[in-house]
Amino acid sequence: MAVLTYREAIRAALAEELTRDENVVLMGEEVAQFHGAYKVSEGLLEKFGPDRIVDTPISEAGFIGMGVGASMLGIRPVMELMFWSFYSVAFDQILNNAANVRYMSGGLINCPIVIRGPANGGTNVGATHSHTPENVLANHPGVKVIVPSTARDAKGLLKAAIRDNDPCFFLENTLLYGEKGEVPDTEEVIPLGVADIKREGTDLTIVTYGRSVLHSLAAASILEKEHDISVEVVDLRTIRPLDIDTVLASVKKTHRVLIVEEQKPFASVGSQLAYMIQREAFDELDGPIHRLATIDAPAIYSPPVEVEQLPNPQRVLKAALAAVA
Amino acid sequence: MSKKAVPTADQKDAANVACPGPSATAPINAKLSKEEKIELHRKMVRIRRFEERSLRSYQSKKIGGFLHLYIGQEAVAVGCCSLMGKDDHVITAYRDHGHAMAVGMDTKALMAELYGKITGCSKGKGGSMHYFAPSLNYWGGHGIVGGQIPLGTGLAYALKYKKLKGAAMAFMGDGAVNQGAVHEAYNLAALWNLPVIFVIENNGYSMGTSQERSSAGPGLAQRAEAYGMNWGTCFGHDVYEVRATMDKFLTLAREKHQPAVVEIDTYRYRGHSVADPDKTYRTREEIEEYRRTKDPIQLFQNTLLAEGVLTEALAEQINAEALAEADPAADFAEASPFPTPDDIQKDVYWETDNPEKRTSKGRLFFD
Ligand SMILES: Cc1ncc(C[n+]2csc(CCOP(=O)(O)OP(=O)(O)O)c2C)c(N)n1
Ligand SMILES: [Mg+2]
Repeated sequence: MAVLTYREAIRAALAEELTRDENVVLMGEEVAQFHGAYKVSEGLLEKFGPDRIVDTPISEAGFIGMGVGASMLGIRPVMELMFWSFYSVAFDQILNNAANVRYMSGGLINCPIVIRGPANGGTNVGATHSHTPENVLANHPGVKVIVPSTARDAKGLLKAAIRDNDPCFFLENTLLYGEKGEVPDTEEVIPLGVADIKREGTDLTIVTYGRSVLHSLAAASILEKEHDISVEVVDLRTIRPLDIDTVLASVKKTHRVLIVEEQKPFASVGSQLAYMIQREAFDELDGPIHRLATIDAPAIYSPPVEVEQLPNPQRVLKAALAAVA
Repeated sequence: MSKKAVPTADQKDAANVACPGPSATAPINAKLSKEEKIELHRKMVRIRRFEERSLRSYQSKKIGGFLHLYIGQEAVAVGCCSLMGKDDHVITAYRDHGHAMAVGMDTKALMAELYGKITGCSKGKGGSMHYFAPSLNYWGGHGIVGGQIPLGTGLAYALKYKKLKGAAMAFMGDGAVNQGAVHEAYNLAALWNLPVIFVIENNGYSMGTSQERSSAGPGLAQRAEAYGMNWGTCFGHDVYEVRATMDKFLTLAREKHQPAVVEIDTYRYRGHSVADPDKTYRTREEIEEYRRTKDPIQLFQNTLLAEGVLTEALAEQINAEALAEADPAADFAEASPFPTPDDIQKDVYWETDNPEKRTSKGRLFFD
């Protein structure tokens, strides 16, 4: 296995899929000559040329809508949002057009588009640049929502998303781009909708995804060492489709649940999970479902305080202790 | 507020007696056979009779939601769509019945869609505003004002990427030109030389707001100049003129990848939707004046009569056939079943509609 950064893994997935299918194009602001605002697409212009790696103007509604239209005619556009936060100016194109066109045409039209980019807080860029819209996106039937936490998952899931015939929204994380991980040398396509148990345990299930997986794993080792508590960390990897079966199986094993998410609490992904767990495994629970989310306010700028607003290992630790108390 | 006239080279203000302007002899029209001319006329008549029939069904509460009638604008969709080759594509807004019929969609499926039946073109899932027929290069039917314009630009992008010699026509109303997404699409089309014609059907009003109350500047198409794009206007009550103007721009799009904005002057006789009592923002006299002097069907009928292509008897027969087509469409719609609650979750995901080919796992639907 090669050790790649999350960024390199995404780049590798893009390169492999661009090579495999000539209908795949990568488009977005600064993806070509600038090599990507976060350097994800570095080298791709040189390798695939300007017809396949396309710099767009700052025009999210225009170019995302254009990608949706092109996908209806068989192109497989991978559209980079410099930040997922900017989805708000393309909301109509993403959630009216991409999400609904198949339905409103009675199944006559496919929309095999991927929209990808980072969606996270923690970089002191303030409220406008720190949105985590996976709950908003997943609220729309017709779309798929993927939030990978590791290099290996990012690569395998992005390849699956590009091959998928439904609109796929792929949410990366600027704070993970530099994280290294093992990635198989042979081609791996990870099916959407399969959760991954990142750590096995018996006393508490932490259900999480994205960068919160890392915080949960850090807290889990402290819990084991200092408190003798064995934590199972379930990484959802995909929000929709949702692998609820893996979550429920873990709950049946540990009987205690903490949901950790970088989300505003109201109507979050965790809200949906909590509903489903109580509905389908009520008798397995030894206590109420706990949740650790972002502190409910717009993202604060102040660097040391933003760390406290988001999930972090200390906050997870505290929440886990409460959940097993 | 009255409707602002779109400046055109050849103002035909006289009356419905108007016969061929210079466009009749434009090559694209001169080469039409007698049958093709009759077909243009027939399409316009069929659209009007279909919509009149749908209005009756709406009034008898067979149709829900909105019903935006195209009556008065028929020459635009028929003229434009008559120019389509196999790699030309169309997308439009919610006033979409005329375009759907102009590309050849079946009136039974269209009426059934209005009735919300499973036999409708969108299986009763789209309704009046969301007709689709990708097999006829017709990509809807879109309900958000201006939202379809980036999609139309994407169709053009795909054509160019695949090196196909076609063009996309992206239709919108005069009210859509102030949407940001439209301007973003203009910029992309001009920047990347995409084969798309943005067609503004200027019927003078966006709901009850006249052009002068919504749009700054001298004209709507002229805004193309800001993007270095070609633009033109035309008298949209004359199907020959629509064809002559659009042919010029379509050729530039197909051959040279030049996008354009074309503003077509037209008029709707009915309210914005069937729910609009149409009493506050324009006068009866204005509507009557248009009907009397610029009715696209009457104008073209007179033209074809004068050309000796049509006879009174044939004109009458075409009308009778159009009437005879609309009733069975309504009967078909009436007799068709509604979708069942089981159909609600079909056509949401490609994957759940093709379960044998599904690659993802996990739950896609929630309750
Ligand atoms: C984004 C958006 N805003 C408002 C509406 C409500 N609405 C529907 S049609 C319409 C008027 C549009 O007029 P125009 O573009 O001139 O088209 P026409 O109806 O004349 O064909 C309005 C305001 C909408 N559907 N979408
Ligand atoms: Mg209008």
